[in-house]
Amino acid sequence: MDRRATPAPNNSLPLVKRRQATGIWKDYQLYLLLILPIAYFILFKYVPMYGAAIAFQDYSIFKGVTGSEWIGFENFKELFRMSQFYEVVRNTLMLNFLDLAFSFPAPIILALLLNELSVVWFKKSAQTLLYLPHFISWIIIGGLVYQMFSNQGGLVNNVVNALGFDSIPFLTEKNHWLLVYLGTGIWHSAGWGTIIYLAALTGISRDLYEAADVDGAGRLKKMWHITLPGIRPTIVVMLIMQLGHIMTIGFERPFVMGNALVMDYAEVISTFVYKAGLQSAQFSLATAMGLFQALVGLVFVVIANSIAKRFGEQGIW
Amino acid sequence: MVGGESMTNTSTAKLKRIRLSDIAIMIIVGIAMLMCLVPFLHIIAVSLSSKQAIISDQVTIFPVGWDWESYKIVFQDARMLRSMGITIVLTAVYTVVCMIMSICAAYPLTKRQLKGRSFFMMIIVFTMFFSGGLIPDYLLIKELGMLDSMLSLILPGMISAFNLIILRSFFTSIPESLEESAYLDGSSHIGTLIRIVLPLSLPVLATLSLFYAVSRWNGFMDALFYISNSEMYPIQLKLYQVVMNSMVTDLTAQEGAIATEVMPEGLKAASIMFATVPILVVYPWLQRYFVSGVMVGAVKG
Repeated sequence: MDRRATPAPNNSLPLVKRRQATGIWKDYQLYLLLILPIAYFILFKYVPMYGAAIAFQDYSIFKGVTGSEWIGFENFKELFRMSQFYEVVRNTLMLNFLDLAFSFPAPIILALLLNELSVVWFKKSAQTLLYLPHFISWIIIGGLVYQMFSNQGGLVNNVVNALGFDSIPFLTEKNHWLLVYLGTGIWHSAGWGTIIYLAALTGISRDLYEAADVDGAGRLKKMWHITLPGIRPTIVVMLIMQLGHIMTIGFERPFVMGNALVMDYAEVISTFVYKAGLQSAQFSLATAMGLFQALVGLVFVVIANSIAKRFGEQGIW
Repeated sequence: MVGGESMTNTSTAKLKRIRLSDIAIMIIVGIAMLMCLVPFLHIIAVSLSSKQAIISDQVTIFPVGWDWESYKIVFQDARMLRSMGITIVLTAVYTVVCMIMSICAAYPLTKRQLKGRSFFMMIIVFTMFFSGGLIPDYLLIKELGMLDSMLSLILPGMISAFNLIILRSFFTSIPESLEESAYLDGSSHIGTLIRIVLPLSLPVLATLSLFYAVSRWNGFMDALFYISNSEMYPIQLKLYQVVMNSMVTDLTAQEGAIATEVMPEGLKAASIMFATVPILVVYPWLQRYFVSGVMVGAVKG
C-alpha cells in the first residue's frame, strides 16, 4: 500500500518521475474508491486473524488480546487431549466426504439431462424449479425436513404407515439421519450446481455433434464421448476445489439439522466452536479449534490447487 | 476455464421429432422437479388444513378442511411482524451498502494503471481461503460495541470476495474503447463508472444484488451470535426460536407418553410459509437475470 507514496528511485529520469506523479494524480479517484473496501478487509478480515492469537493465550475477556497471558500451545494440547476433538474432526470429514460422494455427481448428471431437453418451455421451467432450493434458508429447510420426515405426522412416514410398515426413525437414529442430511444437501445444491456445468456445455463445438451424427452415434454415445469430455476440465476443477474445502463445514446446516439424539454424527467443528466458545465462554480453546481448522483447511486448498495445476488445469490462482 | 473460442453455430436448427429417449429424460427431470416442489406443497397444505385433519395425518399435498386460522395467528403476532419488518429494512439497507462497496472495490481493480493492483487482489482473495474464525470475529464485534446492534448484521459482511471477483470480471469484459472515449470527453473515473460502466452492467448488478439480498434474508448465524435482544431478531432467527425449538422438543421428547404439543403443526407450517413467501414472490422475477450473471462469473472466473 505504501508503494505509491514512495518517491521514485534517484537514478530514474526526472521526466519519468513527473509523468508518474501526474499519472497517480490523474487516477486519484481510483484510490479514493478503494479506501473503504480495503479498510473493510483490514478491519473485518485481517484484525480477526490477529485476534486469533488468543489461541495461544489464557484469554480473559477483561484483559483483552493485549493484556492476556501468553501460554504457548497449552490450548492446543488441551484440545488434542479431548476425545470430543477427534469426534468433531471425524464427523466433519465424514459429512464432507459423503457430501462429495453423493452431492458432487448430482449436478453433473442433472446438467447432462437438462442439456438433452429439447422442449424449451419444459427446460426453462425445470431450471426455475431446480434452482429454487438454493434460495431457501437452512432454517426453513430444517422446518421442511421436519414436516417431511418426522415420526409423528411426517409426510414420508405417513406414506410408510399407509403401506403397512412401521415408522422409520429418519431424524432420531443417527444412520437414518445421515441419509436425510445427505439427501437434503443434494436437494439444496444439485439444481444450482448445474449452472456452472451448463455454462461449460455451451463451449462445446456443435461440429463435434454433427460429425458424430454422420458417424451414426446414438444419444448415449454422444453424451459419453463428446459432452462429458467437453466438461471434464470443469469437473476436475470443481472436484479439486471441493476436496480443498474438506475440512471446512458451514455452521447453519449441521446446526439446524442436528438434534440431541444424533449428536454422535451431527457435532462438527463449527458447531463445537460455537458451543465451546460462545455458550461456555472457553474463548481460547474454541479459537484454537477454529485456527486448527483454518490452517489445515489452507493446507488442503494449497495442495488441491497444485494438483489442479499438475493436471494441466487453470487452478484457483 | 472453458475453451470459449469454439462458437456454437446456430444455423438451421432443424425441427426434431420427439423420440422415446426425450420422453424418458423428461420423466427423470420431472421427478427431480417434483422433489423440489413437494415439500413446499406439503407445508402449504398443512398450513391451510384444519387441526383434526393434521392430527389424523390426512394431509398430503392438498389442504384438508380448509382453515385460515394459523395464518390469522401469525399475522396477529406482533413480534413476528416486527421481525419481518426488521428483516425487510435490514435486507434493503444491506443490499444497497454491499453493492456500493463491491462496485467501489471492483472498478479500480480492473484498471491496469492502478499501483499495487495485484497486491490488493491478493489480500482480498486470501480472505476467501483463510479467516480468524468465529470467536475472533465475535470478539471484534464486541470490542467495536456492535453487539445487539443492526450494524453487526451489515458491516461484517459488506463485501463478498467471491461476488467481487464476478463483478470485476464483468467490468473487465466491457470494451475499453467505450471508457476511453468518455475519458477523451473529459470524464473522470467516477463519472465514467456511473455513466458508462454501470448502465452496461445491469444484469450482473441485478444478480449480485439478489445474492446479497438472499444471503441477508436467509442468514441467521451472525444474528445468533451477535443479537441477544429478542426484540431485534431477524425473521430467520425468530423462526428458529419459535418453530425449530418446538419441533426439536417434540422430536426428542416423543419417547414419553404423548408428545407435549408446544405449538400446533398448522401454526409451525404457517410461520415457515410466512418467512418463505417473500423469497417465492421475488424469485421468479429475478431468476432470468441471475443465470446470465452467474454464467459470466463462471466462465471467466
